[in-house]
Amino acid sequence: MDELLRDFLTESGESLTVIDAEMVKLEVDPNNRDVLQKIFRLVHTIKGTCGFIGLPRLEKVAHAAENVLGKFRDGVIPVSPGSVTLIFESLDRIKEILSGIEQAETELQGDDSELIERLGVLAASDGESAESIEAILFQSAPAVDLQQEALSPEPSPSVDVPVSPSSAATGTPASAAQAAAAPKAGEASLANQSIRVNVDVIEQLIVMVSELVLTRNQLLEMVRHTNDSEFKVPLQRLSNVTAELQESVMKTRMQPIGNAWAKLPRIVRDLGTELGKKIELQMHGAETELDRQVLELIKDPLTHMVRNSADHGLETPGDRKAAGKPEQGTINLRAFHEGGHILVEIADDGRGLPLEKIKAKALANGIVTEGELARMSEAQVQRFIFHAGLSTAQKVTNVSGRGVGMDVVRSNIELIGGSIDLKSREGHGTTFTIKIPLTMAIISALIVGVSDMRFAIPQICVRELVRASAGSDTKIERINRTSVLRLRDRLLPLVRLSEVLGVSGAEGEGAQEAYIVVAQAAGQTFGIVVDTVFDTGEIVVKPVCSVLKDIPVFSGNTILGDGSVIMILDPNGVAAAVSGEVATRSASEEALGALVGGSEPKQSLLLFRAGSAEPKAVLLGAVTRLEMVDAQKIERSDGRHVLQYRGTLMPVVTSLAGSLRDEGPQPILVFSEGEHTVGVAVDEILDIVDATLKFELSAAGSGIIGTSVIQGRATEVVDIAYHVSEVFRSWFTARPVNRVRPNVLLVDDSPFFRTMIAPLLMAAGYDVTEAGNAELALKLMGEGKSFDVIVSDIGMPGMDGRQFAAAVKRDPGWRATPVVGLAADSDGSDPGVFDALTQKFDREGLIQTINGFVHSQERAA
Amino acid sequence: MSRSSAVGNEYVTVMIGSQMFGIAIDVVNEIFKPERLTRVPLSHPDIAGVLNLRGRIVTMIDCRRRLGIAAPQETHDYMAVGVERDGDHYGLLFDGAGEVLRFTQEQIEAPPVNLDPHWKNVSKGVFRMESGLLVLLDVNILLDFGRKAAA
Repeated sequence: MDELLRDFLTESGESLTVIDAEMVKLEVDPNNRDVLQKIFRLVHTIKGTCGFIGLPRLEKVAHAAENVLGKFRDGVIPVSPGSVTLIFESLDRIKEILSGIEQAETELQGDDSELIERLGVLAASDGESAESIEAILFQSAPAVDLQQEALSPEPSPSVDVPVSPSSAATGTPASAAQAAAAPKAGEASLANQSIRVNVDVIEQLIVMVSELVLTRNQLLEMVRHTNDSEFKVPLQRLSNVTAELQESVMKTRMQPIGNAWAKLPRIVRDLGTELGKKIELQMHGAETELDRQVLELIKDPLTHMVRNSADHGLETPGDRKAAGKPEQGTINLRAFHEGGHILVEIADDGRGLPLEKIKAKALANGIVTEGELARMSEAQVQRFIFHAGLSTAQKVTNVSGRGVGMDVVRSNIELIGGSIDLKSREGHGTTFTIKIPLTMAIISALIVGVSDMRFAIPQICVRELVRASAGSDTKIERINRTSVLRLRDRLLPLVRLSEVLGVSGAEGEGAQEAYIVVAQAAGQTFGIVVDTVFDTGEIVVKPVCSVLKDIPVFSGNTILGDGSVIMILDPNGVAAAVSGEVATRSASEEALGALVGGSEPKQSLLLFRAGSAEPKAVLLGAVTRLEMVDAQKIERSDGRHVLQYRGTLMPVVTSLAGSLRDEGPQPILVFSEGEHTVGVAVDEILDIVDATLKFELSAAGSGIIGTSVIQGRATEVVDIAYHVSEVFRSWFTARPVNRVRPNVLLVDDSPFFRTMIAPLLMAAGYDVTEAGNAELALKLMGEGKSFDVIVSDIGMPGMDGRQFAAAVKRDPGWRATPVVGLAADSDGSDPGVFDALTQKFDREGLIQTINGFVHSQERAA
Repeated sequence: MSRSSAVGNEYVTVMIGSQMFGIAIDVVNEIFKPERLTRVPLSHPDIAGVLNLRGRIVTMIDCRRRLGIAAPQETHDYMAVGVERDGDHYGLLFDGAGEVLRFTQEQIEAPPVNLDPHWKNVSKGVFRMESGLLVLLDVNILLDFGRKAAA
């Protein structure tokens, strides 16, 4: 039976029971307006609903009854026993029609004109004298006969008896009642087959069953460790019963996904007409059941996606014909179970996602830079449509492109622990796949360990598990202080779970082996580094207590089979920690992040004045603290400024401010780099602002990353790493050198980069020889010079970096010298002929790479 | 609670070191020995962790820390008092739990003015016993982790 009709019957049956009771009250107390109002409302609802689902016969009767009730309510006609009887009679008729519908699934034929006429007369009586009411009452006497007449010449042969036990119980004549009861005795009427249960009761049941499942698991765990099989058989039985019970209880919340699809054919039809497209909607697996709560939550995203497919996905008949496709486009909706999840596919055979448009839009909206785009796979680019503020519709139609985009769909689906992915081929169509959990109460999870603690990661976010070890191909590599994993064709950002949680883990710096859980959440794929991976299992999600709710990396907690409690990680929270960590790295890297359009469009900046009237800025994340010290406390020692700070002498850099104050408070920005702390003197601290950094690289002055417009003023963004390394360099040079400094050949056509990198290398303890191009460098080779490491830019005029490196590798004298390539964004990440590749802006990465080569040479020597 | 008003209020006594505290018995669900405590990283330092108490997840509060009492020299066993607040279950960790005492409202004195402000805040009053002073704890305030005012 139609779901809608079933609901209507259940609901009307309940309403009629209430009306019956209320009518009796009304008869006793005719002036009770509340009661009257309630009856009127219920009858009105029934009338309205049957008009809506197309039950004209029922509607007419209900309408006539409603009229009379309306007159009661307005006080136009008095409530008398006669009129109440007439209302009862109409209620009985309504029940009778309802029971007919229940059996035949449609309205049975019948003549209600006489009843309606009498109701009409009563309604029109306008408070006439008691006699006319009595007359109506008198007339109502043969109503029973009429009713029987209406019953007996039953036109529908498929239904034996149209009267259900419920109408018999309310006083239909015995003959009809018996006739009704006899053949239907074994079968309860539909209204009795389904009962309404408060959702709370079901929730409670589920909680209890969940507990039972857990207890069962605990018992199984205990028995598994003993050879005593005494309990094994009854426990097996308990296990089965529990599983069945769990399934049954879960079923109480299950509804077919078709309920969420019911409106779609109509929507697609209307869209087709509106857009002038021929669309066929195919639906498979409508009977696939899922949790009521989940169903409610995916209804809107699903509708939105089908609209999208019809509007953006499918072409007009003309375009389709031109592309050699059938005029009629197809949207295929498919739902099926797969390993504890429901998969819903929405596929169209339309034009597919326009890659170039997405790229252009992503660039225009500043989501990504050209360099990043160049490195991205097609699938990665396509996933941009899940990004906020990226609608590929070129024009806003009535249908979509209203700003509610796929990003909302994605977040709604992730909200219920689901995930969404897509496959698209331009010209051939797009398939979206939504993966949703069957229920939100029980999820399957991966149990991982960090230090001595265990955590659960929802399986739905886990893409794969990678075991990384120092010796194998999959090893954790570092760019600056960021860990990455080279996973097939791309670099995977890594986050150490121990760092996110602030606990000490074994997977620290020196760890040889670690497990990496490749997770996908909040639109990014990243690796979570953990010490150990235990197993997977079904866990019951329990909400965390209110004092723990503020911790974003946990979504809940659960009790494991062994009885202990563990926290469930929220991959979205961890994902936020990933981008958060990137944002709080060193100054240069953070500036770099801004340059290449990092994930954070806005940066927190500290504005200050130093040296000139114009404001300067530094990334707040890089500043360890702000200090205001008495200028006289800053001492001069060996030509440098130092300050007694927290028990040590902290060098104070004056290169920004030019000079220190003679007296009074001196503002100082304190930076920490490794174990060193450096103060940078400034003239005045102005403000902390959040701003989008869009700046041009400063080529002229060193120590300045670039100039950006912040709060309407051109502001120099200071490269703190530069100023700080200046101090460290003086430390290094001041240190007695007891060994030969390794020398580095730096090949770069840009004097700017040479002047930027050379001091850095010197600061790190290297002698540097510079060469302005590859030819000059090769000339040095001819002169018989030798170097410990060669660093070469890749993009150079004339002989480029790769050709140069190849030339080095051909030379018998230089062959063994490691060549490090300095890659710009567009150079890709394949080292090729180079021994290593670092990003041009990644100073620390470069230094570390060089250190690595030099140290290994030392060891070999 | 007509019973308690007629015969006086009943308090469960708990110990931290040598100091005795009292918790109104009508807020106490149970007294249990905490086992298999799981630490919760990033949580408030006064939260000792979570544990499973007969299928319920209970958040354990380190009352010694919460009250700012120095840690003991040696490790020892804890006792926990189970309470419920806003539908969440908490366990208050103490060094030990003792008997149930009963006294009337008149026997309870206001906390002395010179009491540590933090203690004064969580204390509902002081009861003079022969063996020492018993500080009555207000569990609601003890469990208030500076949540935003429910506006």
